[in-house]
Amino acid sequence: MKKILVLSALAAMLASGAALADTSDKKIAFSNNYAGNSWRQAMLDSYAIVTKKAVADGVVAAADIFTTADKEVPTQAAQVQNLILQGYDAIVINAASPDALNGAIKQACDAGIVVVSFDGIVTEPCAYRVVVDFKDMGRQQVEQMAKFHPEGGNLLEIRGLAGTSIDDAIHAGILEGVAAHPEFKIVGSVTGDWDQTTAQKAVATILPSLPEIVGVVDQGGDGYGAAQAFAAAGKPRPTIIMGNRQDELQWWKEQKDKDGYQTWSASIAPGVSSLAFWVAQQVLDGRTDVPHDLLVPYLAFTQDTFEAALPKIPKGGVASHEYTQEDAVAAIKANIK
Amino acid sequence: MTAVPVETGPKSSSERGALARARLLRGLLPAMSLVLVLLAIAWLNPRAISYFGFSLMLNLAIPIALATIAQMFVIAGNELDLSIGTFVGFVGCVTATWLKDAPLVGVLILLGSIGVYALLGALIHLRNLPSIVVTLGMSFVWQGLAILILPKPGGKAPDWLLSLMAFKPPFVPFPIIAALLIAAVVHFGLMRTSYGVILRGSGGNEAALSRAGWSLLKTKVVLFALTGLFGVLSGMALIGITTSADANIGNGYTLLAIAGVILGGGEFVGGRVSPIGAVIGALTLALAASPLLTFMHIPPDWQVAANGAILIIVLAARVLISRKER
Repeated sequence: MKKILVLSALAAMLASGAALADTSDKKIAFSNNYAGNSWRQAMLDSYAIVTKKAVADGVVAAADIFTTADKEVPTQAAQVQNLILQGYDAIVINAASPDALNGAIKQACDAGIVVVSFDGIVTEPCAYRVVVDFKDMGRQQVEQMAKFHPEGGNLLEIRGLAGTSIDDAIHAGILEGVAAHPEFKIVGSVTGDWDQTTAQKAVATILPSLPEIVGVVDQGGDGYGAAQAFAAAGKPRPTIIMGNRQDELQWWKEQKDKDGYQTWSASIAPGVSSLAFWVAQQVLDGRTDVPHDLLVPYLAFTQDTFEAALPKIPKGGVASHEYTQEDAVAAIKANIK
Repeated sequence: MTAVPVETGPKSSSERGALARARLLRGLLPAMSLVLVLLAIAWLNPRAISYFGFSLMLNLAIPIALATIAQMFVIAGNELDLSIGTFVGFVGCVTATWLKDAPLVGVLILLGSIGVYALLGALIHLRNLPSIVVTLGMSFVWQGLAILILPKPGGKAPDWLLSLMAFKPPFVPFPIIAALLIAAVVHFGLMRTSYGVILRGSGGNEAALSRAGWSLLKTKVVLFALTGLFGVLSGMALIGITTSADANIGNGYTLLAIAGVILGGGEFVGGRVSPIGAVIGALTLALAASPLLTFMHIPPDWQVAANGAILIIVLAARVLISRKER
């Protein structure tokens, strides 16, 4: 009887997932499909900071970064296939498409490679997904808007890159929020591609045809451009939800100092790349209890918290957070039900 | 456009010999650049030179080769197609949705889209419109239709297509067989049949062709329809490999296809194209752009620039040699 107890205690210890195997000889590759905006730059920076230290400390043997030359799916599929040939043990991926890379991802899994996707996730069941709850982020925007404008009013929506899962999820969340708050009505929708210049042009084009706007719901990276468009048109400044970019928070601070302007800011922390890295490391470490879908919170700032974060964000950058191995263990634990 | 030198009078034998050598060099250049890239890959990552390695590295080159052949047909007629990339994306979306769920409707849509291409050829010829403008406009139409069919990425390739693209023949990897087959079929059709000569002639000397009684309208329609046909094949092959579609999946193919034709020994004007060269050009581009780059371990900040540099080097070598020929 005692023996069984000891054995089951041992089994429990094993299952609890302390460092079981050694990952010091494992190689992890990062497949990235785009590096052309501030968010992606911060994502690569966070990843490089965390993985350089991990390699120096001997946690893993190598953590190389590969960025494709264009945003195209076939290019990234080819890149994943090349990483398989290179003999990596794990691939961390920010994917160009949730479905269209599944062929290549499956080939990687079949070759015994651990695949962890984040931000742009992949739906292939064998891969792991580190997901930020974008839908909730969209819904929360309208919730916050209801706090600032209890009387309701007209909203302008700025969409992200058409055809992406992120744009789809945030948009769905916003629609859900509006359904729960019928005092708000979306009277216009433009495509901002998560880019200030694009957003500014798009908003400037649609503004003359719109009634009075009380708020702008968006996807991040487009708030400052929207603010510029409203100012240039001489229209009253609405409540514009921000997306943690330095220029956005800086503008918010200027407005707040001027007349106590209120809004809310949220985005996925680019450093989630480092969380994906640690998840890959944990799986390579022999943990078998890691759920394939890990939901992690987005990074939000309120009227009281954003000013403390602002000085730490590089000019033209975006607020980030570098995750540690402990963060990954905690996130995995929180997702085991 | 620079003036094309008019060939006058008989040439001396030494001149003719030099010209023949340059022609031979030009014909061999695509093959030589492919061998060079393969050698570089073999040196950087010997593991890649295997049945498994070639299957992985080259399978995404097949849709590129088909798109390159598609582009080659319009280039043979002195036109350019700037919509082939988004057209491939549109075909991909149809393949992953209609062709699987309602094969008959899917086939009709795809045939209809080839018909649209044929009509474009007629429109461009009859109204004497610049093909660049017309096809640039069409690229937005195809992109819009693709997003309409598949607002968010998804869908699934038909099972027969999946098993076709995953086919593992003995000894020789499937992508190599497919490339040989495409090159052989198109080479025979365009270079060895008499109507193929007429098609190329429409780009070489329109006036002579129409004076000889051939319909230029017909040649243009046929060339554009062939472009549509190979665009459809490219989109289907692509979805057979990726298993699922995305409205933006083919956007990069437009420029890759043009580069492939030129790398393969084609010219923008004059009806001078080479199907075998185009297929080799597409394979070279696919290998140089991705596997070679991945195996070189370039710092991430430089990877995008390095990709561009490789393309420029490969294309510059091609231009240098064809200048010798002049």
